Amino acid sequence: MTTTEIGSPRRRKEDARLITGRTTWTENVTLPGMLHLAILRSPLAHARITSIDVSPALETKGVVAAFSGRDVADVQGSLPCAWPVTEDMVHPDRPPIAVDEVRFMGEAVAVVAARSRAAALDAIAAIEVDYEPLPAVLDMEQAIAEGADLVHAGKGTNKGYTWVFDSAEAGTGGDAGAAIDDAEVVIRRRYVQQRLIPAFMEPRSVVVDPTGDVYTMWSATQIPHILRFLLAVVTGTPEHKVRVIAPDVGGGFGGKLQVTPEELIAFVAAKRLGKPVKYTESRSESLVSAHHGRDVIQDIELAARRDGTVTGLRVKLLANMGAYMGLVGPGVPILGAFMYNAIYKFPAYRFECSGVFTNTTITDAYRGAGRPEATYAIERIMDELAVELGLDPLEVRSRNWINADEFPFTTVCGLAYDSGDYAKATDRAKELFGYDELRQEQQARRDSGDSVQLGIGISTYTEMCGLAPSRVLGALRYGAGGWETASVRMLPTGRVEVVTGTSPHGQGHETAWSQIVADQLGVAFDDVEVLHGDTRTSYKGLDTYGSRSLAVGGIALYNACQKVIENAKPIAAHMLECDPADLEFTGGQFRVRGNPDGGKSLADCALAVFAAHDLPDGIEPTLDADAVYDPVNFSFPHGTHLCATEVDTETGSVTIRKYVAVDDIGRVINPLIVDGQVHGGIAQGIAQALFEEAVYDADGNLMTGTFVDYTLPTAADLPAFVTDRTESPAPDHPLGTKGVGEAGTIASTPAVVNAIVDALRPMGVNDIAMPCTPERVWRAVQGGAA
Amino acid sequence: MTRVSIKVDGVDYEDDVEPRTLLVHHLRESLGKVGTVVGCDTSNCGACTVLMSDADGHQQGVKSCAVLAVQAADREITTIEGLSGPDNTLHPVQRAFHEAHGLQCGFCTPGMIMAAVDLLRENSDPSEQEIREGLEGNLCRCTGYQNIVRAVRAASEEIRHGRAEAEPAPPSQLAGEDQTPDSGLPRQSVPDETIPQPVP
Ligand code: FES
Ligand code: FES
Repeated sequence: MTTTEIGSPRRRKEDARLITGRTTWTENVTLPGMLHLAILRSPLAHARITSIDVSPALETKGVVAAFSGRDVADVQGSLPCAWPVTEDMVHPDRPPIAVDEVRFMGEAVAVVAARSRAAALDAIAAIEVDYEPLPAVLDMEQAIAEGADLVHAGKGTNKGYTWVFDSAEAGTGGDAGAAIDDAEVVIRRRYVQQRLIPAFMEPRSVVVDPTGDVYTMWSATQIPHILRFLLAVVTGTPEHKVRVIAPDVGGGFGGKLQVTPEELIAFVAAKRLGKPVKYTESRSESLVSAHHGRDVIQDIELAARRDGTVTGLRVKLLANMGAYMGLVGPGVPILGAFMYNAIYKFPAYRFECSGVFTNTTITDAYRGAGRPEATYAIERIMDELAVELGLDPLEVRSRNWINADEFPFTTVCGLAYDSGDYAKATDRAKELFGYDELRQEQQARRDSGDSVQLGIGISTYTEMCGLAPSRVLGALRYGAGGWETASVRMLPTGRVEVVTGTSPHGQGHETAWSQIVADQLGVAFDDVEVLHGDTRTSYKGLDTYGSRSLAVGGIALYNACQKVIENAKPIAAHMLECDPADLEFTGGQFRVRGNPDGGKSLADCALAVFAAHDLPDGIEPTLDADAVYDPVNFSFPHGTHLCATEVDTETGSVTIRKYVAVDDIGRVINPLIVDGQVHGGIAQGIAQALFEEAVYDADGNLMTGTFVDYTLPTAADLPAFVTDRTESPAPDHPLGTKGVGEAGTIASTPAVVNAIVDALRPMGVNDIAMPCTPERVWRAVQGGAA
Repeated sequence: MTRVSIKVDGVDYEDDVEPRTLLVHHLRESLGKVGTVVGCDTSNCGACTVLMSDADGHQQGVKSCAVLAVQAADREITTIEGLSGPDNTLHPVQRAFHEAHGLQCGFCTPGMIMAAVDLLRENSDPSEQEIREGLEGNLCRCTGYQNIVRAVRAASEEIRHGRAEAEPAPPSQLAGEDQTPDSGLPRQSVPDETIPQPVP
């Protein structure tokens, strides 16, 4: 086996079609006779639909059909939730088109199909709907108070579930309540994870073709396989008659990990009309109707001794579900539950989360999904503990963290952390950052009363990647497994086709998977073609989310390659007239051990099985191999991010002066891609800290419904990041890799907010609500507290 | 309906358009120029950026969702699909985005590249800060902009000093041979330097 590819910064195969404008986005798919859909959406957060008349739309030019929820009530089904986290979770029906009641602004109420997009948009304006407004439930604490108005009157409660983990009950640790009662120091804080919008750049789009032997759906989705399965289940269509294609997909970040009303609407419309249909959302529709993320209130209690040793942690969450349960929405806080203890050896832990219904857009996975929330809370409160005890925040962390020689380490949650070296990553980050110098400068600015104060923020994070061992998912009541598949097909000319069950949407799997295969099989990088995202070619897989593709799919791919080599061995031996046991496989050649000449390559074997004229007896004429891998554990990347902010105490403006990220994600396949993932992740985490928030007014209108109001950071808003890596290979992965998709987002938000608060400590500031806008920072300076 | 003639990527088109039709929709839906994409409805994202000649014939970056098709009458438009040279060599900015990993999902990329071309036309040697400010009208959700800035810097070097210093892209990645057959989807003048999508 050569290792020239793994670790090399290969330029991406995907780029050629993307930089020339010649790729296939779902929106680019145009089929003969295709109709365009437009969706009328509720302008109200909560209302009864007293009457609806779609007939005026039918009189509009170019319109072919129009229907309301009532018209398709018997066929549209209900949107699925794959993660009923408790046995008694409240899971209200969620018809793709509302039938009697709308429960959030933006919910679909009627659909028009027309010969052009413009005609469809014109026609929805003609639809007549009468609403009887109902009280909008918006505030989570009010929603669960006695006598609250209800989002779902029939359910009798706005509480969707309460899920508890207690280390004493689980037998994985002590009693957190007792630890808090007996503590020398207790820090109590409330942190609020504001509501965010994933805001992938490609709006969601779906095309359905019902005219062939099967129903074909193109969708801008992260999950073509899960979508196919659930489309079949929800609509009662035989699964083998459904084909889903995710062509190039323009970003997801969890936001396209969903089975959407729009997909079902398009499916039902195509089925009913017998013609291909297309629906592409506008950005305004996307912001109000595609799922949101975060929106969690966290009450945290940390117990410690005066020497800084943490003795227990109690976490109580309210998680806003929105109006319904999303595909994995209820489980998002649960993914975070196992991460509040972070990199630390806390002996006692209790976590309790209630999922709450409100008249808002549903929330669901957004980059990090639960883990950024957990990391934020713990990394913020570790700083508070340090201040309380008068210790350096890094000192408090190192007194509690797991040491390199203690791995594998079973945490208070019962997870076995695989590997890591927190001190090493931290030392490297400090060095790149110039930590001591910046602390000196900070002191100087404090002493001189500079109007621009310097703050240093620390985030020593870990996360769990590689969702997930199927057995663990089952125990958590998740509806599916966590395995992944790969097929390796040797073509007669020696070229290789790889089919993966992962579904990239910007991550560069075509490149990274080619690198892995090239190394394993000793073939050229360019001789590998990676196929994905079409359930006809890749019929089996669990798609891309949760930093799982390389951590799980990469092992399936590795295993499939090994099987190909095993399949080829007897054939090579036959050609070389030797015993298979005498062969070794290096650099793409089978050779008799100890004899450097006259080998046979995999290509030779591929041609031999293609002809199949002279194979050993009983040998199947193929080298191809499939592998399905179910992970034995999560993998646990970690790292230290340091952020220096300059905070103008007169204007409240915050400038990031330096940002250093040292990540340990195990072995790296492609450093170029990894850096890209880290940059983008950090940007999204900074966006939460400084810029983004989805805001509803008192009536439940989304006030941030366009890119004018929901402000993604631009190039001018962000600094350059300094990135580096340490490497603790993953022991459970044959390639030693861990996963990197979410690390930047998980780590960066607390680093930034810690830095801002650190700058303002001398003014008595100990918290600022996110996003830390100039106004909020200025108010904090004025008031001494947020 | 108004009859307009627009030259797009070197080809003259004459069509009847509704007065309200946006240039980007005309490009995508009437002319099949689907390389230019739509990312928003408030002229914020820049995904739709193309170059359009002004009255004097100078090309400038515009957001094609903020221009009516009729306003582009008798103008010359260059989209991402027409940026490569006549022999299908990549434009230095395209090459730099590839080399510097300036794209991930690639959805912002057509607009980002056109905006970068426009920026370099005005300022052939921009500093990092000038690049960041110059691209403020273009949103990218994937890259954190770092490698985009790096790509634009590299492209500016190449444009000023010639290609010699720039690493050519590995031919195997950009060559036309050895690729899967065309998908059959509508496409115009596909240059050799393209890897077609295997599906649908
Ligand atoms: S599509 Fe967003 S600016 Fe044109
Ligand atoms: S590369 Fe995905 S939005 Fe820029």
